[in-house]
Amino acid sequence: MAVDNFPVEYSHIMMFARSVGDDNPIYHDPDYAKKTEVGSIIAPPTFVQASAQFDPDYPLRPKPGKPWFGSGGSATGVKKEAAGGDGGGNGGTLHAEQHYEYHRPLRPGDVLSATALPGKTWEKEGRRGGKLLFSENIIEYRDQKGELVVTARGVGVRTERPADAA
Amino acid sequence: MTLKASDLPVGHTHKARLVEDLKRTQIVQYAGASGDYNPLHTDEIFTVQVAGYPSVFAHGMLTMGMTGKMLTDYVGDGRLTKFGVRFTSQVWPGDTLDAVATVDKVFEEGGHKLVDLTVTTTNQNGVDVLKGYAQARVD
Repeated sequence: MAVDNFPVEYSHIMMFARSVGDDNPIYHDPDYAKKTEVGSIIAPPTFVQASAQFDPDYPLRPKPGKPWFGSGGSATGVKKEAAGGDGGGNGGTLHAEQHYEYHRPLRPGDVLSATALPGKTWEKEGRRGGKLLFSENIIEYRDQKGELVVTARGVGVRTERPADAA
Repeated sequence: MTLKASDLPVGHTHKARLVEDLKRTQIVQYAGASGDYNPLHTDEIFTVQVAGYPSVFAHGMLTMGMTGKMLTDYVGDGRLTKFGVRFTSQVWPGDTLDAVATVDKVFEEGGHKLVDLTVTTTNQNGVDVLKGYAQARVD
């Protein structure tokens, strides 16, 4: 994933916090936030996951005029073979692990870029048979000054059948 | 609110209920906010008929995000230095999740007092759905 321009915005933080059930005013009330240790609205800990919104090629977002594998008139908009690695047909890729290192809190007004570093891949036998293929991705999020703000390491697992647990 | 190193004996725990009877609508809300529109999370027809799961299920990152609230409510805003998890079981609509952070170690590094925590999120059947760790600055 490469994202050149990920503006951290107040309303996006508010919506993201709502979606994880977090009503902490630090995510939506600037007057409250001013009086706290951090001194302003900040983003919740998993917020950089929303950088997907700013990845022009992100595969898990429907795009105008392009096939989409979710249901419409029929149960899937594309044939299994064409569905690619994410959720098409049995199995698909699921999120197995996520790790963050925080170098400083993110604030509205920050403009981040994300750079992917090479990660490892490995294989394991699933608990109920079938191969599990793991792949790691490391993403460095830097701010408008080029300083590292968050390091993210994700592990995806590709299963040969619907996962019981991934 | 901040934690004091002196008030954090090893084994000290903080618990919180993350969600009761998880609704499909909340999963939709997370899809919209995060930008992850994988139909496995929001499109029951695709997920059951094509992908072969019993129903849609939550993004792992929704569970991690909800678990993050438990952590920041405990350690304070802007205090986390590390947070990492493994998703050990799927989370389904209707699930009720509880999370717990347990103090592993309190130490000093680079002039900062830090706490290492073990983090576990469990469903209504006692099954762990998320296991991980966090680290935070304390006073």
